[in-house]
Amino acid sequence: MSKFNKKKKGDLPAVNTASLPDIVFMLLFFFMVATVMRDNELKIKNELPAADQVEKLDKKDLVMYIYLGKPNDGFKDQFGDEARIQLNDKFAEVGDVPAFIYSERESKREELRPFLTTALKVDKEANMGIVGDVKQELRKVNALKINYTTRIGDISMNNN
Amino acid sequence: MAKRSSPEVNAGSMADIAFLLLIFFLVTTTIETDSGISRKLPPMEESEEDVIIKQKNIFTVILNGKDQLLVEDEVMDLEDLRESAIEFLDNGGGTGEDKCDYCKGKRNPKSSDNPDKAIISLKNERETTYATYISVQNELVAAYTTLRNIRAEELFGVSYTEMQKNYKDVNWPGNKTKLKENISQIKLEYPQKLSEVQ
Repeated sequence: MSKFNKKKKGDLPAVNTASLPDIVFMLLFFFMVATVMRDNELKIKNELPAADQVEKLDKKDLVMYIYLGKPNDGFKDQFGDEARIQLNDKFAEVGDVPAFIYSERESKREELRPFLTTALKVDKEANMGIVGDVKQELRKVNALKINYTTRIGDISMNNN
Repeated sequence: MAKRSSPEVNAGSMADIAFLLLIFFLVTTTIETDSGISRKLPPMEESEEDVIIKQKNIFTVILNGKDQLLVEDEVMDLEDLRESAIEFLDNGGGTGEDKCDYCKGKRNPKSSDNPDKAIISLKNERETTYATYISVQNELVAAYTTLRNIRAEELFGVSYTEMQKNYKDVNWPGNKTKLKENISQIKLEYPQKLSEVQ
């Protein structure tokens, strides 16, 4: 009798898991490559407007980021409801912009400094007043290359 | 009844498949880069001499605090801005040494002399929203790009955008020095003269 009972009929073989580490590694590598590290934690609302006449901003190490927008919910009590400037991780005033530009310049090699670009990441609901103030400060410190960072899309997406 | 135990699946090549996929993703994924409208701010030091610009060579665009658009003293919708900017830039109303022989506009003597003289002046209020400002900037840049595309198509048989793409493409087989010359020629014929009033 035991001769016939050795194997149950229809029993599936166990799934081979030998390649599971490979798959996991593959996923790991994929995410390592595809993830963009965000250097700054945003404390403001930053929904970019759309435009289609855009140029790519390559050479990431030569870009200085200035964020503008309304403070997030957690910071509303402290910083109010109007659009504010964020430099690195902190809220800043218009007057802090030149110091920020100088310190960014200082951290780059001297021959690269003329190629520094300032990327203005401005929330689409912000007013031009604060943007104009920042631009004026940038002119004062001779940081003239700017880029209004946008999403790629039709401008009709901006009217809501 | 025949004995029917399914043989174990050979998993030896699983690792190879995994690597193949890994390499595929490595090659195809592009790390997201930011893109946007690039502008150059005017330097701080004011030039001493006042340059006299004829009124007909200035195209005034005013954005008020309620995001309404006033172009050449007329209320305008955003959709019509590109069209009228093109019309202004490509007018070519000049005569004599200001004559523009490649312009295709109406040659209205009351509008701009040639694209080199034509200046777009953009003014905004503090209350203007940024989204509208970007929309206007986008339309004005688009006007220049449209004209440059037409001109490049005419001279070299490729659009200006295509030329610029080729210039940045490292694998492009053509002559880069020649291409650069062509690009700067187009830029010279339709220079981007966009001034912002503070």
